[in-house]
Amino acid sequence: MLGKLSWAAIPFDQPIPLAAAAVVGLVIIAVLAWITLKGWLPYLWQEWITSVDHKRIGIMYMVLALVMLLRGFSDAIMMRSQQALAFHSDGYLPPEHYDQIFSAHGTLMIFFVAMPFVIGLMNFVMPLQLGIRDVAFPTLNSASFWLTATGALLVNVSLVVGEFARTGWLPFPPLSEITYSPGVGVDYYLWSLQISGVGTVLTGVNFVTTVLKIHAPGMTYLRMPVFCWTTLAANLLIVAAFPILTATLAMLLLDRYLGFHFFTNEAGGNMMMFMNLIWAWGHPEVYILILPAFGVFSEVISTFSGKSLFGYRSMVMATMAICLLSFTVWLHHFFTMGAGADVNAVFGIASAIIAVPTGVKIFNWLFTMYGGRLVYSQSLLWSIGFMVTFVIGGMTGVLLAVPPADFVLHNSLFLVAHFHNVIIGGVLFGAFAGYTFWFPKAFGFRLHEGLGKAAFWCWIIGFYVAFMPLYVLGLMGMTRRMQHYDVPAWHPWLLVAACGAVIILAGIILQIAQLVVSIRRREELRDNTGDPWNGRSLEWATSSPPPAFNFAVLPRVEGRDAYWAMKQRARRQATPVPEPDYTDIEMPRNSATGFVCAFFATFTGFALIWHIWWMAIVAAVGAYATFVVFAWRDRTEYIIPAAEVARIDRANRSARGEALLPTEATP
Amino acid sequence: MSAFEAAAGYDRQSWDRRPAAAHAGGGLLSKRIVVGYGFWIFLLSDIIMFSAFFATYAVLVGATAGGPSGRELFNLNNVAIETACLLLSSFTCGIASIGARMQRGTWFYGAMSATGILGAAFLFIEVHEFAGMVARGAGPTRSAFLSAFFTLVGCHGLHVTAGLLWLLTMMAQVFAKGYRADILRRVLCFGLFWHTLDIIWVAIFTVIYLMGVWQ
Repeated sequence: MLGKLSWAAIPFDQPIPLAAAAVVGLVIIAVLAWITLKGWLPYLWQEWITSVDHKRIGIMYMVLALVMLLRGFSDAIMMRSQQALAFHSDGYLPPEHYDQIFSAHGTLMIFFVAMPFVIGLMNFVMPLQLGIRDVAFPTLNSASFWLTATGALLVNVSLVVGEFARTGWLPFPPLSEITYSPGVGVDYYLWSLQISGVGTVLTGVNFVTTVLKIHAPGMTYLRMPVFCWTTLAANLLIVAAFPILTATLAMLLLDRYLGFHFFTNEAGGNMMMFMNLIWAWGHPEVYILILPAFGVFSEVISTFSGKSLFGYRSMVMATMAICLLSFTVWLHHFFTMGAGADVNAVFGIASAIIAVPTGVKIFNWLFTMYGGRLVYSQSLLWSIGFMVTFVIGGMTGVLLAVPPADFVLHNSLFLVAHFHNVIIGGVLFGAFAGYTFWFPKAFGFRLHEGLGKAAFWCWIIGFYVAFMPLYVLGLMGMTRRMQHYDVPAWHPWLLVAACGAVIILAGIILQIAQLVVSIRRREELRDNTGDPWNGRSLEWATSSPPPAFNFAVLPRVEGRDAYWAMKQRARRQATPVPEPDYTDIEMPRNSATGFVCAFFATFTGFALIWHIWWMAIVAAVGAYATFVVFAWRDRTEYIIPAAEVARIDRANRSARGEALLPTEATP
Repeated sequence: MSAFEAAAGYDRQSWDRRPAAAHAGGGLLSKRIVVGYGFWIFLLSDIIMFSAFFATYAVLVGATAGGPSGRELFNLNNVAIETACLLLSSFTCGIASIGARMQRGTWFYGAMSATGILGAAFLFIEVHEFAGMVARGAGPTRSAFLSAFFTLVGCHGLHVTAGLLWLLTMMAQVFAKGYRADILRRVLCFGLFWHTLDIIWVAIFTVIYLMGVWQ
């Protein structure tokens, strides 16, 4: 009746996950109780859970990412403390638990922190920058989000029901085969990623269509802000790379569930093929994460330098070059597999080449800042911190991609230091730069600057203290994922690295404090103009938060930095833009389809993990039925009458006009 | 507009000339174009998934582990009938699309039914072939080659199954709601999907069956 599921699945003998789960459970219950008591449940359901508004969905993606960041970081600090303690000792985490922690850490940080964060930013910003009212397929967008949430939920359920994979963030066979991993851990991994992967592919389809096909009048491709270009490139990569992941994980599932022989030791299986397939997805994946971050930095640096971006066309070229080249370097992840010197040389050279467009971008950002009027806001600090840190990470990456060096450094802590160097210094700093930059657009008030800057300094110092020692340890020969060790020379470096993790913790606490303080002091931090940073692109042309329809009339774009040009013109002519003729606006109706589908998908995934076949079938039928019900509805849109549009827009225009053209002339 | 498009009834429809709804922004492209374009992108991603299975098959085709190879297992007569069914179903699917655009019930329902029957016949032969192979000890667990074969062909078969479910849903929907603009867009996507399965079958037919028998 319940497949493999029994009381034995609950790890009563392991206090740490049980205590963690109890705390999380209590927090969730407390939050739900609070929401219910306050009577916010209908609001939450109508305005958020069933919302198909790209802005709301983007915010929900980022909330998911921030919550999962806390979970992923607690895994990280456990690993750092275990390694600090485990010199000539067992530490406090038994091996089977430690292995689950590093696997969950990697899985969560890549798939449920970095991915939702960048997708959330793209969701929120890209349609506003293009000057349009929503993405191409709003309800699909909602389904994408909720399927991602399902994946995150399943990974976290594994904390208390059963176990998580012990195979690392990529489940390499034969270890991940049923013979060597007979538990449900790998199945939790596989089904979470398959379900959230569907959501990601649908996001890719949705965003590629949006960027290529839907623009405000006059918004030609070469007038799009660079963030839209990087969104396009990242989503082209999603469309081209994620299906490979789906296929690869499906093969591993077939091996595990039905006794197929794709990657097994016997009957002709080929585990090397798994490496090739997973990295044919995995290398483009790192560019899926970093390209949107590059877009964020381009917007932030140009805005806070008060200059238009240097080398716009070369930036676009570099972005698209990375998009293509990212598919030509995957083999550098396993030079030691033995493909031969010639093959290794080809991929080593390709990896050196892909560093070139990234270098172009770094110089473009530097030249944008050169001669600009720099405003050292927290967003710009994250961007400068990124430039310094990412250049170091990029160079250690190019070093790792030199095959002879890689034979020495493969799977050592040098590698761990390298990819944290680019993912924290690149993707995460980019996410934080974007979060602080667009927060006032989303909520109408700024984030507290002082606390934000303090958080930045803790993060960047903590990062260097935590990860520079790992480079040294890698060169000293320490391999990754060690539960204990007995080399005295390593111990001090690992103690330093643990201190670094504590400094990062301080940064995270400051960020939470920043959010709380900013909400409490929101009236002081309020921005009524919709344009707190003297912005350049169209998202700053509407109010903060933007109305459901984003723009009362679609803006007319006549060049790059569209909103900057509008402001210049208004200042020059000393008259505000004349009031447009307002018309009715059609917007898509909210829909519970995404949420209900994900609800069923959660049960399908859980049932498949535990071999509860009847439940899997019932839930899959439920998901299909949800689609049919959605397809059967008669009214898909609602009308916002012209009078209402005019009322909302006039309020925005008066606040903006005062900021733009003060009544007393100022020089 | 080509003569074909005129014959297919493009000019009579207002739905494909209607500008995109305001929420989609711009009013530059019709909703039909945006939906069709998006579905094409989705199909490309699907084709990439298939290409991963094709690559795997190419790697594992020799890994028979002492079991039977394609040469011993494949029956080209069956495959020819399967191919005929699927290619014909693509033709009838095209007729159904035109029927939907012209809003001719006879053509739409007739051609959709024919498509469904041909698709079901294809699936029946495929399942029969699979069952025969499993019965003679050449199931997917026998060797890596057979794992790759069953996965690639089976994945196509699952797509055809999903397509049949979609086909029945579309017939029911047109029956219940009529030729509404959004439903016609779904019929368009269904047609694209069905033709794509045909393209993938041509590759399977060539790479697996023809090359398997004549290797």
